[in-house]
Amino acid sequence: MAKRSAAIVGIAEWRPERVWSRPMFSLEACAELAALGLADAGIEKGEVDGLCIGGIYESPLFGPSAAAEYLGIRANFAETVDLGGATSAGMLWRAAAAIEVGACETVLVLCPSIPPPRPDGAARGKMDFPIYLGGDAWGSPQGAFEIPAGLVAATPSFAMVAQRYMARYGLREETLAKIAVDARYNAQFNPDAIFYGKPITVDDVMKSRRVADPLKLLEIVMPCFGGGALLVTTPERAARARHRPVFVAGFGEHLTHKSISYAPDLLDNPIRVAAERAFRMAGVAHADVEVVQPYDCFTITVLVTLENAGFCGKGEGERFVSEHSLRWDGDFPLNTHGGQLGAGQAGTAGGLSHITEAVRQLQGRATGRQLKKCDLAYANGTGGMMAEQVALILQGA
Amino acid sequence: MGTRHDSTGRPLPLVNATTKPHFDAARERRFAMQRCPRDGFFFYPRSRCPRCLGDDWRWETASGRGAVHSFTVDRTGHVPALAKLAPYAIAIVELDDGPRCTARLVDCDVEQVRVGMRVEAAYEDVEGGTVVHFKPELSGA
Repeated sequence: MAKRSAAIVGIAEWRPERVWSRPMFSLEACAELAALGLADAGIEKGEVDGLCIGGIYESPLFGPSAAAEYLGIRANFAETVDLGGATSAGMLWRAAAAIEVGACETVLVLCPSIPPPRPDGAARGKMDFPIYLGGDAWGSPQGAFEIPAGLVAATPSFAMVAQRYMARYGLREETLAKIAVDARYNAQFNPDAIFYGKPITVDDVMKSRRVADPLKLLEIVMPCFGGGALLVTTPERAARARHRPVFVAGFGEHLTHKSISYAPDLLDNPIRVAAERAFRMAGVAHADVEVVQPYDCFTITVLVTLENAGFCGKGEGERFVSEHSLRWDGDFPLNTHGGQLGAGQAGTAGGLSHITEAVRQLQGRATGRQLKKCDLAYANGTGGMMAEQVALILQGA
Repeated sequence: MGTRHDSTGRPLPLVNATTKPHFDAARERRFAMQRCPRDGFFFYPRSRCPRCLGDDWRWETASGRGAVHSFTVDRTGHVPALAKLAPYAIAIVELDDGPRCTARLVDCDVEQVRVGMRVEAAYEDVEGGTVVHFKPELSGA
C-alpha cells in the first residue's frame, strides 16, 4: 500500500545558467527559493517548521541553523544531506519521513546551487570545479591511490562502468548516444533547458570528442548553476494547497562505496536495492509507472539505472533503449524535461530537476510536454561514482 | 595538508602511517597488502579489516598480478599535469589475491588495452615516494 503520509505541494526551479548572472549569496538564494515554493503551494511561511538544506557557502558549518535564522523559521526538524547528486532525493524522503513520524509538519527542501558574489558585489559567473572531489583531503584513500592514478573528476569512473558493461554484455556506442539524443529531443520542449534550441543526432554524439573511452563529450552533462525547492507537508495541509498534492509513495536509499574502484560490482549497482525498496514500499509495479526520471549525469548512468531499477533485465538495456522511444511523446517517457543531459547539471538543483519535473507531470503543469495521463512517477538521484543512490515513487493524489 | 604534486604538477600519493607500509614495500618492488586471518587480503590499507573490523591483520607480500576488470583511456587528463600524460589508461585491476585496486597502466599501447588483460605491478620512484602502476604481464610469467 502506497504511503500517503507526506506530499509535495510546492516547487520552485530557476532556469539553469552556464555563467551565473545574478549576484546572490546562498542564504539569499534560499530566501528567494523559499518564497517561490511557498507561493506555488499557496501555503503561509508560518506553517514551515522543517528545513532540508545544503551548500550554504556563507555557513559551511551550522548550515541549517543559519538558514532557519535567515528565513525566520522556527524549525522542529533541520537537516543537511551529503549524498552528491542524490542529495535532493535524499532530502525529500527524509522530509517525508520526518513528517510521517510527527517530528514536524511542513518542510522546505532548498537546493541553492550558485556561486557567491565577488567581493565587489558583481556576480561570480563560475566557480572552479573541485577536480579531486575532496579526495585530496589528508588521509583520504583516494588521495593515496585514485588521484595519483589519474582517476579524478567523475567521467573516467563512469567510463569504467561503461567499459565493463561492454565487456560483459556487449553494447554499441550508438545505443548510449541515443540516450543523449532523446534527452536533447525532450529539451527542445523545455525553454529553460541549457540546450533548448539545440537538438543533436546520434552522428553528432558519435563524432563528438572522446573524453574517457567510451564516453564522448555529448554523453556528459554540462555543469551549470541554478536552484530549486520543494515544499513537503502533511496530507491534511496538502488538501488545501493550490495544486494536486504529490505523495511520496515509496522511497529507498542504498550505498556501498565511494570510489568506483571499490564498488562491490560495477554492474550490480546500489540503485537496484534502493529501487526495490521504493517499489515494495509503494506497492506498485513497474508497468504502472507513467514517467521515469532517472539521474543522468552520463548516458551510461541511464542504461545501468534502467536495468538495476528493474525497468528491464540485466543485460537487456541495449535492446530496451533501442526498441523504446525515451521522448516525452514516445512509448517510454524518460526525463521529459530533457534530463540533466539536455537541461544542464546545476549542482544539487540538477538532481532536484528530475523530481520537480515529475511533480509537474503529476500536477498537469508540464506545459508543452505534458503527458496525457500521469498519476505515478519514478525518479532517482545518483551521487558520486554511481555510489549514493536514492529511488522515489511519486503518486498524484 | 592536501594532495602533493611533483614539480610538473602531477599528483603524488598522499602517504600516512596506515598506508606507509604499502608504499615502503613498493620502493622495494614488492606489492604489499594487509591480510586478515579470517577474511583474507583487503585493499586499500585500513586500520581494521573491512569485513570483520578485526585488527589482527598482517602485512604480506602479494603477487601484484591480476587482470583488468575495467579501464578507460582518459584523453583529457582534467588537470594540466595529467593532460600532459594523456591519453593514458586507468584500470581497475582485479588482483589474483582477491581485492581490486586502481592504477594507471604503463608500458602499453593504450589503444590495445582490453578487459581481462593480464597485468602486473610496475613501480615508479617519484619525488619523495613510489607510485604503483600496472603493466602488461610478461609472457611466460
